[in-house]
Amino acid sequence: MSGHVAPKSLYYLIFLALMIGTGVTVLVAKFDLGPLNNIVMLSVACAKALLVILFFMHVRWSSRLTWVVAGSGFFWLLILFSITMSDYMSRGWVPGTLR
Amino acid sequence: MHGVVMVFFFLIPSIPAVLGNFLVPIMIGAKDLAFPRINLLSWYIYVLGGVFTLFAALSGGVDTGWTFYTPYSTAASNSHVMSAALGVFITGFSSILTGLNFIVTIHRMRAPGMTWFRLPLFIWAHYATSLIMILGTPVIAITVLMVAAERALHLGIFDPALGGDPVLFQHLFWFYSHPAVYIMILPAMGVISEIVQAFSRKNIFGYSFIAFSSLAIAVIGFFVWGHHLFVAGQSVYAGLIFSFISFLVAIPSAIKVFNWTATIYKGSVSLDSPMLYAFGFIGLFTIGGLTGLVLATMGIDIHVHDTYFVVAHFHYIMVGGAIMGYLGGLHYWWPKMTGKLYSEAWSKFSALIVFVGFNLTFFPQFIAGYIGMPRRYHAYPPEFQVLNVLSSAGASILAVGYIIPLIYFMYSLVAGEKAANDPWGSRGLEWEIPSPPPTENFTVTPVVTEGTHQYVHPSQEVGVA
Ligand SMILES: [Cu+2]
Repeated sequence: MSGHVAPKSLYYLIFLALMIGTGVTVLVAKFDLGPLNNIVMLSVACAKALLVILFFMHVRWSSRLTWVVAGSGFFWLLILFSITMSDYMSRGWVPGTLR
Repeated sequence: MHGVVMVFFFLIPSIPAVLGNFLVPIMIGAKDLAFPRINLLSWYIYVLGGVFTLFAALSGGVDTGWTFYTPYSTAASNSHVMSAALGVFITGFSSILTGLNFIVTIHRMRAPGMTWFRLPLFIWAHYATSLIMILGTPVIAITVLMVAAERALHLGIFDPALGGDPVLFQHLFWFYSHPAVYIMILPAMGVISEIVQAFSRKNIFGYSFIAFSSLAIAVIGFFVWGHHLFVAGQSVYAGLIFSFISFLVAIPSAIKVFNWTATIYKGSVSLDSPMLYAFGFIGLFTIGGLTGLVLATMGIDIHVHDTYFVVAHFHYIMVGGAIMGYLGGLHYWWPKMTGKLYSEAWSKFSALIVFVGFNLTFFPQFIAGYIGMPRRYHAYPPEFQVLNVLSSAGASILAVGYIIPLIYFMYSLVAGEKAANDPWGSRGLEWEIPSPPPTENFTVTPVVTEGTHQYVHPSQEVGVA
């Protein structure tokens, strides 16, 4: 429950990193990187989410069980994304069907 | 409106909130749930969500159906989508908190000797339900939030005119809403597992199969959502896979039905009212489940989609399954919860009325749907007249079947006989404490030495009438 107490400076550092991430997102939005657009945006978003979960939400210092619980949440998100994409990517494979 | 209220405010919370909050701690030998205050909080949140939905209902209703399909709900409908969606969003949190509470309680608060495989099957069912609540509910919450965002701020998420994709909504919506069907039916299955053992005086046939089939339903239930999108523009290959996995989920459900039947077989069966509801559940759930297989078959679904066949199918699961289970559980544990006995003759009579009324209401809908009557229209060609009249007559009978219990339950509170600790002669922790239980359930923490419902085989039992 209580356990680890991280120094304040760490939190400021993470906050700074999150702000930089936001800055990058805004900056990248001004240029068209073609197919890289989504890749850059999503990697920045994932990195920021990871920082929040590991440090602000204390998962970094939590028990193995917490890791498993947090991980399974993401695994479920992966199921949602990958099966949904399996629909979008296989559209039109059968001749005469949409897209 | 009917769908929003029934799904989000009755079927999902009914058994976990009414029976689960009461029985989960008692059945594992705990004084209360792990987080009693969070439990109270989830009740307040539920009421708050209810207020928003009630506002939507009173100020004119929502015309999107309970599914809030886009782009109609975001771009076209001018009914009260916002407050209804917000109500669903808020209530979701009460569901998540309840699931969290159950999981922590079942993991951490079991009495000494209450091993995982001595847990009552009701607990296994609630554990599986809680997993779905925690893993699925955030998705529906975010999805309705995105609908609200697109409606209010015109963000292009689902509306093709704004660069969005309406089928994406259906993916996200059904990722939660198919498993939500199991949030509704799994607790009812847990109730039936208890009742079947208690009134057959037999230990369950294949305990671990029933326990693990609950988990299997919870997990596989997350992989089948695309069977709601067969005609929505989903790719044929994705449809094939979803169709196949939907067949798979029938296996754990069938395991349960077969094992209940095997438990009843050669048992010392007594036909008290909870058992009548359990019989109703087993029969109606089987019909509902098998017609589910019909709908999971892509080719046939093209023929019957959006007809009354679908309406009849899910009402057999939801009303014939979930509500029968809820009523059965309510009758079984009513003496324990209130300390009062209700009229057995009236309750048997009402169980019969419910069964007859239900079948008369929904069976004709299978036929009407199969011969082509679409759902969601108030007008229909004359050839459907007979079936619709039968259905309406059944609904009136069904309503009587619901009102009678309301009356004798109320009556039992004022004038009912006092219930003994164990009015049914069942075996389990909840039957060893007074009715109603004291505030902290157990004065001394019980030590558990065997599973629940360990009855002597009827042929060896002495002195049983
Ligand atoms: Cu489904």
